[in-house]
Amino acid sequence: MNLRSIPLSAWVGIIGIAIAALCAIFAPVIAPFGERDVVGEIWAPAGGDFLLGTDNLGRDLLSRLIYGARTTIFVALAATLISFALGMILSFTAAVTGGFVDQLFSRFNDLMMAVPTLIFALVVLAVLPQHLWILILVMAVLDSTRVFRIGRAVALDVAVMEFVEAARLRGEGSLWIIFREILPNTLSPLLAEFGLRFAFSILFLSTLSFLGLGIQPPAADWGGMVKDNKDGIIFGISAALVPGAAIAALAICVNLVVDWLMKRTSSLKGGRGDA
Amino acid sequence: MESGPITGPVLTDAAAGETPLRPADLSGVPAKPNPAVATGEIGGTFWRRFIFRRPLAALILQRLGLSVGLLFAVSLMIFGGIEALPGDFATTYLGQSATPQAVENIRRDLGLDRPWSERYLDWLGGAVQGDFGTSWASKNSVSEQIGNRLGNSLFLAFFAALISVPLAVGLGMLAVQFRNRMPDKIINVISLAAISLPEFFIGYLLIMFFAVKWGVATFPATVYDSMSFAERLSAIALPVATLVLVVLAHMMRMTRAAILNVMSSAYVETAELKGLGTFRIIARHAAPNAVAPVINVIALNLAYLVVGVVVVEVVFVYPGMGQYMVDAVTVRDMPVVQACGLIFAAFYIFLNMAADILAILANPRLRHPR
Repeated sequence: MNLRSIPLSAWVGIIGIAIAALCAIFAPVIAPFGERDVVGEIWAPAGGDFLLGTDNLGRDLLSRLIYGARTTIFVALAATLISFALGMILSFTAAVTGGFVDQLFSRFNDLMMAVPTLIFALVVLAVLPQHLWILILVMAVLDSTRVFRIGRAVALDVAVMEFVEAARLRGEGSLWIIFREILPNTLSPLLAEFGLRFAFSILFLSTLSFLGLGIQPPAADWGGMVKDNKDGIIFGISAALVPGAAIAALAICVNLVVDWLMKRTSSLKGGRGDA
Repeated sequence: MESGPITGPVLTDAAAGETPLRPADLSGVPAKPNPAVATGEIGGTFWRRFIFRRPLAALILQRLGLSVGLLFAVSLMIFGGIEALPGDFATTYLGQSATPQAVENIRRDLGLDRPWSERYLDWLGGAVQGDFGTSWASKNSVSEQIGNRLGNSLFLAFFAALISVPLAVGLGMLAVQFRNRMPDKIINVISLAAISLPEFFIGYLLIMFFAVKWGVATFPATVYDSMSFAERLSAIALPVATLVLVVLAHMMRMTRAAILNVMSSAYVETAELKGLGTFRIIARHAAPNAVAPVINVIALNLAYLVVGVVVVEVVFVYPGMGQYMVDAVTVRDMPVVQACGLIFAAFYIFLNMAADILAILANPRLRHPR
């Protein structure tokens, strides 16, 4: 692989993700105003001191957008990482052990997936107290059902290969087989899946925050900012659309990169290559 | 999902996020019918003879039974699983600073002092008869409220489906016809972008332009009983448009992948090499085999639509089930949350079951256990 072989669309995606990541990491340096400072009048138009205008309380929209990148990306990334760790460990265990454990995990997974994710999250969040780590954990557990399904399918393909059998006959334990045989051979399809889950996490977190059940104010987060400013829409004030566009842009960028990764892994598998 | 887990369908599949269930594997289950059902328990020999004589009816009955069982398991999870979670209804309901006496009082008021198994059986018994108890917040009957709002939500979803299904299938076929050429690439990029847009962003974008800037649509999409049918239609124009845009991209990508899957099979290649015309190949060779996956795609996306209404209703202030549920979650009104959760799950499960059964009906290969 060299840099030239990366298509334009993937470059757009990579650059977009890089910008968002830079905003997230260096938020206090880049942002012109503080995250929670009221600096002007309510819903001031864009231009002048405030590049994107102000929000429903008179806070600078651009600064909140930059700080919001931090919260949104951190929570979505944490949820995706945990869901992957959980989903992959469980799915590989199921695939390697087989039999009763496999049946138990798979049927329970089917049961979890029988309820739409958003509905499940709504029911669970109605009971649990509102903490950031609880939100991350709920998102991670719900998402791990998807990871489990993909991970099990991929791991089953690898688990029947000769080299796994050889390792087994050699007397290696399940842990060794999971980490040294199956994990390296399933990494590239799972990498694309990781991107996909990350994009989904961003959208899911934003949706929850928009419904008022995600990240709680006054912390800035993109979905919550749409919720804060939605009343302005009727008066023709576009403050709610700016964070919405940011969510969309980041999700599109991630999807563009994922699309390219998918194409790469599927072309490795041969076939007529147009499916 | 037996054929190549990493190829096209999975991309769109997983991107759908809400793509679901599909109990076990599409082709896996009919191949080996559930041993417990097939051999034991339900009167061994009779059931066996029934499977032998009416394999199709038996398969459908099995699916039906599976779905009902799944629904019961889900109800147990929605009720009992929540019970197992840390945190007490009464404490969270009143807030952290409540006195123990107040917590005790509210627990008794709401009947939370009884053991949970007793409450679950009570609740389930009521739910089966269509009675979901009374709301904690408003003290109204939950079933009555849901009765009004469910109709509204279905009205919305029905029109969204009516528009999006033909559009998605048409565009999907167009993309296949021009595969890897300009129209396909344009459709691909646009649909990829559309998948990444959150529902509320599309909704507010439409409101901003159609309702506020150009004034051609009404914004708070309120509907009430005295409205005429035409007025209702104009009120739901924007929410329906939003739902269509949300579902269209998923459905189209999955349709494209399903048809392409058929088009890259050996018999289509043979037909090409024989020198048959494109139209003849699509109409006579590809289409009959593509019907099953496409129907499956449609049913799955309708299930997704049921969930999509939640956000769209909140955006447009539309009096449906989704808004009812979100409001209830914010005030922790558990009877309403549980009732709505169960109803949404039921729709989801039965649409998925419909997808399965239609796939079996449309594809004879799935009928015969190998």
